Amino acid sequence: MLKINQLHKSYPIGDSSLHVLKGIDLKVEEGEMVAIMGSSGSGKSTLLNIIGMLDEADSGDYILDGLPIKDLTEKKAAVYRNKFLGFIFQSFNLINYKNALENVALPLYYQGMKRKERQEKALFHLEKVGLADWAQHLPKELSGGQNQRVAIARALAANPKLLLADEPTGALDTKTSHEIMAFIQQLNDEGKTILMVTHEEDIASMCKRVVRLRDGVIMEDKKVEQVRAEQYV
Amino acid sequence: MFKFLFDRDTWQEVYDSFSKNKLRSVLTMVGVWWGILLLIGLLGSARGLENSFNRLFGDFATNSVFVWGQSTSKPFKGFQEGRPVRLSLTDAKKVEENIEGIEFVVPRSQTQATVIRKFLSGSFQMAGDYPLLDQVQKKKLIHGRFINQNDIDFDKKVVLLSEETYKQLFEKDENAIGEYVQINSMSFKVIGIFKNGNVNMGPTTDMHIPFTTFQQIYNRGDEIGWMMITGKPEYNIKQIEADTKLLLKNLNKIHPKDNRAFGSFNLGKEFAKLTGFLTGMQFLTWFVGIATLIAGVFAIGNILLITVKERTKEIGVRRALGATPFEIKRQIVVEAVFLTLVAGILGIISGGWILIALDAAYGQGDDAAIVNASVSIAVVFIALIILVILGTLIGLIPAFKATSVKPIEALREE
Repeated sequence: MLKINQLHKSYPIGDSSLHVLKGIDLKVEEGEMVAIMGSSGSGKSTLLNIIGMLDEADSGDYILDGLPIKDLTEKKAAVYRNKFLGFIFQSFNLINYKNALENVALPLYYQGMKRKERQEKALFHLEKVGLADWAQHLPKELSGGQNQRVAIARALAANPKLLLADEPTGALDTKTSHEIMAFIQQLNDEGKTILMVTHEEDIASMCKRVVRLRDGVIMEDKKVEQVRAEQYV
Repeated sequence: MFKFLFDRDTWQEVYDSFSKNKLRSVLTMVGVWWGILLLIGLLGSARGLENSFNRLFGDFATNSVFVWGQSTSKPFKGFQEGRPVRLSLTDAKKVEENIEGIEFVVPRSQTQATVIRKFLSGSFQMAGDYPLLDQVQKKKLIHGRFINQNDIDFDKKVVLLSEETYKQLFEKDENAIGEYVQINSMSFKVIGIFKNGNVNMGPTTDMHIPFTTFQQIYNRGDEIGWMMITGKPEYNIKQIEADTKLLLKNLNKIHPKDNRAFGSFNLGKEFAKLTGFLTGMQFLTWFVGIATLIAGVFAIGNILLITVKERTKEIGVRRALGATPFEIKRQIVVEAVFLTLVAGILGIISGGWILIALDAAYGQGDDAAIVNASVSIAVVFIALIILVILGTLIGLIPAFKATSVKPIEALREE
């Protein structure tokens, strides 16, 4: 599904440069649910951004579903992101003047889907996250947990191969966090491959595999016994 | 390619970003609105003034100069200075024969005359004229006809009255044609009623009688009051004036450098001044209008730049969701063009209202200062095309700004 080989990335800081990723090797199979952990500055977000084609590696290979991701033009990157990836952000990143339905439909809009078809599909995904009744509400009229569910519906809308979540529960309280995690686990049960950056141990323990980064290298990569989130809800 | 222009979603996006910042969007549009309003208002007014000038001068052959005798200011060939200068029919004939580029020369004589009809009487300006006068200064006839060659040939005692004169001598709605009036104790038959124009070059004339008749009853012989000289359109009337004066000085034994011997009024020169003024005004209008427009469009670009800066994160999100840089740019350009166009159309409409108001206030009646103040559809289209072009160009700046930030940096923005 996803193969990364000797990935390096550094950022220029003034005259010197900061070596953030120092040769990452990672392989993720279809249907996995991986937590990437590490303290801040460990390079976990950079890794996720490179996987999300929002950033580019200096060297190394990245192959997504058999497709080498290298030297992409902005346009191609946009098309790939739209087709292959679903993003879930810590701060939801919903468009505040669009209602839930429109937000979910946005990736489909950029696919060039017809309006009616798009809205039907968006509504289907909203239903799936249990927010069909809130379709016409603006993000500010929804709670944090609801907003994140809208964001998840949006990430799912284009039916991506890989879901990327950057601290998906970072802005939520514990109870809501567990609800969201229950959702994500359910998605994984249905076969979605999920990659998640987190620094919370209990959230990581709800994944099936934990990859620990420190100073740009993988310290530990092990499969874990998944803790189901439903029991806390 | 332009399919997106007819896509509801494109306009939904435009509407969304507009309604998100209603006040700011409206304020942004004021510049362009004002520019177009100025352009339409001023161009329309300039056209109105031009129309009114054209109407005023419409009765005249504008390539004309009027020349009359005054008195000499230099001694010459044994004559002392201060000698009165009198023009004659011979002078007029010589001018017509010798000066290059002359269309025609109309000699005229004029005097104050007392007119009596039944128990009414009055004192009026009376001119002796040739039928040719009608060519230089078109007479607006209400009734009857102008003097013809037959009247001249037989020294007929016929008269044309101005509308005002008619009103003083006749009862309301009374038929005047064929009636007789007494001029200097002689009976003249009324053959026509005319209306004086809004502008009268030279003294106003209340009555016209045949030139030959005039000369006869006032015993003027060869002497004439003044002459109207009209040049052919391709000749410069200033040159004709100079040539004519030199010839007349020669004929009347006047010092060639005597500048006061003849008085003249060069209609062509005055008219050229006015048309020059109008052309200048139109140029100024375009200049000011376009400059204001550009300033207005820049204001729109400026605001969009700020908007784009504020929306950096949103744009980042959109790009993460799969919006290509082209789609982002296109949307911003569409917004810029939309704002400019809407502002422009509103400007055109309110400019039109201003012209309507001007027309209502100053455009009514015969002596209106502004006649039919309007702009042509072509001007409106040119303005709109300029707006679309400027809007596109100015929209490109924020558009490129929006996509110059990497999506990852855009997403990090708070």
